[in-house]
Amino acid sequence: MSSNPSPAVREPVSDPTSLTQATPFIRLDNVSKRYGGVQALSGVSLTLQRGEVHCLCGQNGSGKSTLIKIIAGVEQPDAGSHITIDGHLLSHLTPAISTRLGVQVIYQDLSLFPNLTVEENIAVRQHAGRWHKVNRKAIREKARDAMEHLGLALDPQIRVEELGIAQRQLVAICRAMAAQARLVVMDEPTASLTRHEVDALLALTRQLQERGVTVLFVSHRLDEVMEVAEQVTVLRDGGSQGCYPAAEMNDERLTMLMTGQAYGYHPRQLDHSSAPVALSTQGLSRAGEYDDITLQVRAGEILGVTGLLGAGRTELALSLFGMTRPDRGEIRINNQPVSLATNRDAISHGIAYLAEDRLSLGLVVEQSIGSNIIVSVLDSLTNKLGLISTKRRNEAVKRGIERLRIKTRDPDNAVSTLSGGNQQRVVLAKWLATEPRVLILDSPTVGVDIGAKDGIYKVIRELAAQGMAVIMISDEIPEVLFHSDRILVMRQGRIVSEHIAGDTSADILEEAVHG
Amino acid sequence: MAERWRHLRSVPEARLLGAVVLLSVILAITTPRFATVQNLMDLATSTAFTGILATGLLVVLVSGGVDISFAATASITQYIGLTLANHGVIGWSGLIFVCLLIGALLGLVNAVLVSTLRLSSIIVTIATQSLFYGLLMSVTKGQDIYSLPDWFSEGLHWVFYTDSHGAQQALNFQIVSLVVVVAFTWWMMSRTSVGRQIVAMGGNPEAARRVGFKVFQLNLIVYCFMGMIAGLASLVHAQYVQSVSPSALVGRELDVLAAVVLGGASLNGGVGSVPGTALGVVLLAVLQNGLALLGVSSYWSELCTGIVILVAVATMARQRAHRKAVLQEVVA
Repeated sequence: MSSNPSPAVREPVSDPTSLTQATPFIRLDNVSKRYGGVQALSGVSLTLQRGEVHCLCGQNGSGKSTLIKIIAGVEQPDAGSHITIDGHLLSHLTPAISTRLGVQVIYQDLSLFPNLTVEENIAVRQHAGRWHKVNRKAIREKARDAMEHLGLALDPQIRVEELGIAQRQLVAICRAMAAQARLVVMDEPTASLTRHEVDALLALTRQLQERGVTVLFVSHRLDEVMEVAEQVTVLRDGGSQGCYPAAEMNDERLTMLMTGQAYGYHPRQLDHSSAPVALSTQGLSRAGEYDDITLQVRAGEILGVTGLLGAGRTELALSLFGMTRPDRGEIRINNQPVSLATNRDAISHGIAYLAEDRLSLGLVVEQSIGSNIIVSVLDSLTNKLGLISTKRRNEAVKRGIERLRIKTRDPDNAVSTLSGGNQQRVVLAKWLATEPRVLILDSPTVGVDIGAKDGIYKVIRELAAQGMAVIMISDEIPEVLFHSDRILVMRQGRIVSEHIAGDTSADILEEAVHG
Repeated sequence: MAERWRHLRSVPEARLLGAVVLLSVILAITTPRFATVQNLMDLATSTAFTGILATGLLVVLVSGGVDISFAATASITQYIGLTLANHGVIGWSGLIFVCLLIGALLGLVNAVLVSTLRLSSIIVTIATQSLFYGLLMSVTKGQDIYSLPDWFSEGLHWVFYTDSHGAQQALNFQIVSLVVVVAFTWWMMSRTSVGRQIVAMGGNPEAARRVGFKVFQLNLIVYCFMGMIAGLASLVHAQYVQSVSPSALVGRELDVLAAVVLGGASLNGGVGSVPGTALGVVLLAVLQNGLALLGVSSYWSELCTGIVILVAVATMARQRAHRKAVLQEVVA
């Protein structure tokens, strides 16, 4: 029943001041890890200096997560691997040792407790260990200290479940700092943040650095990598591709190192002015969501729609797909005014919609690939008895898999067995089975790495070339710049400008988006 | 002020308290007997068994699990405890100690199975419920114990009030047990590190593991606590009905679970409070007592209970959905 400090805040095993500044905080030499038949890491070395911001880049499956787990002590590296922290060669690392030495990993899911308050989350380690009376004052003070140091203005009494994702991330960083972190590993911290929130996070990262904390930033979003890091280590297929000063790195080189391939994108230069208009709107408005939207998209054209989160992009898409009803204005398909009361109406008018959250909204991931592909066209696959014809079902599945080149050995496998990029293709295949004339894509490449992104762009181009009208919504400027013909910028529910992809630039678009 | 009022109304405990107060006022006006000290004491005594178990079950629910086996556990503890007492081996303190110990051991079985098999706790405890109960029935051949030691039959009394006619009002074993359990559990869950770890674990078990909480130990504490609570509740029940029957308790699990859920606890873990649970128990008890005083038949009383639970749970679910929608708007 004592209220001693928890083990996490005990002094590190050695006095860091006795070591020269030149001693790196952590050094991994020749680290390998094998899971069954898969070599997840082979001979990777990584050195992190004190107060350095280091970026770890790599595609999904390159070994980033395994490396993080080894640093966190969650996984043990294979024999022959060496880990040195603070100049001490460690025979093994456990989560407890790693924490005691000041390593704090902020996982992608943040590992916060949604049902506890902000202050309790930040100081949660006070609870660990023995059975003792909770010192609520100590918790409050500890949380306040951490929040003040990082300049975080939040009600410490509010429950974490009531916070947005960006604020939760800040709470997670505060928690790491409250645990006396000397190395903070952030796993894909920007994956679900808006541009503005990313900027705030990067500023915070620099602040950590000023306080002598080493930051290992794991990301595959290239622009951010460049902005924040001093050093960049690239992993590919479990092996290190080397460590480079960030200043010497550029987009193409990093992509080349991560994927082993070069991807050069250039704005499209296609003229669609003679093609028929597939979908148009006139003065479309819905209170609080979007206002006075007039747009048209022609067959074979890719129309990019960009803007900040909350600019009304997704809300507009939902109305075009009949999920919500506009208050005013008109939607025309092939120049005929239509009334879309439900998404069934939209589908019957040849509109398909690929949701932003592909996993939770687009697919039943536990069911087979085949079942997912045909779920939207079941009615058309029935035989005379009204039962589903196996033959027609298999044909439709085969068509979908071939058309989108989904990499699977067996269409009866569950969707969850596919990689993210291939899952996205299944969603596309599902909607293409309805033979749409207008395809609306909402943030089609969120959470997908470069190689898979390229595949999705290819599919979109192919579909447009086949005469489909595509509306692509995205908050990534390069995505709309390089993969659409025309770009609409939305701000606070309105279209503020229109750009031809060949005649604009990322800077111009960026400015239009932020206003 | 209006803001504050709205905030208060969104707290489930406050709404429950409102319902209890409203119902009590109505009953106090419509039936002369409801608001008497005697009736309220009787009510507390008869509700103690459910209230004590509900408090224990709350801890399990908050931790992210569920326990169905507690009634079977209670049947075993009271049978063994009172058999020993009948043989004159133990007195009051020994009896309580034995029941707590056996309860804790049976809880330990649950905890080990849930942790090592990594199965959902509802499946494991349904199985152990049958196991415990089957074991008890086969060993006892289903025979009741009718004769209890005199000291047990008399019970424990702490007189706190004597009115002008010389009639005494006493706190009995049931009421004291209920108060002690509720107060201790509230203190444990809100003021001790273990309690807070249990709450945290219920909110996000993976995060609890990563933060370095000893999840196995926490589960051990949770299920053993439930077992000990069942042990104590079994004595409360045996003393109240003045007999021990191996089949008397099994079947009461769902009443208890309903009261806890009515009190605002979530079956998904992490959500729930001791005051909320206490109010859930009180609301159901007052409702049933009131209906009985009004002369409503027990069948209709059942029906009313069902309606109240449905309405309350539906309101809570709607409120949560509404909050979630509001939050999503704020976030977007």
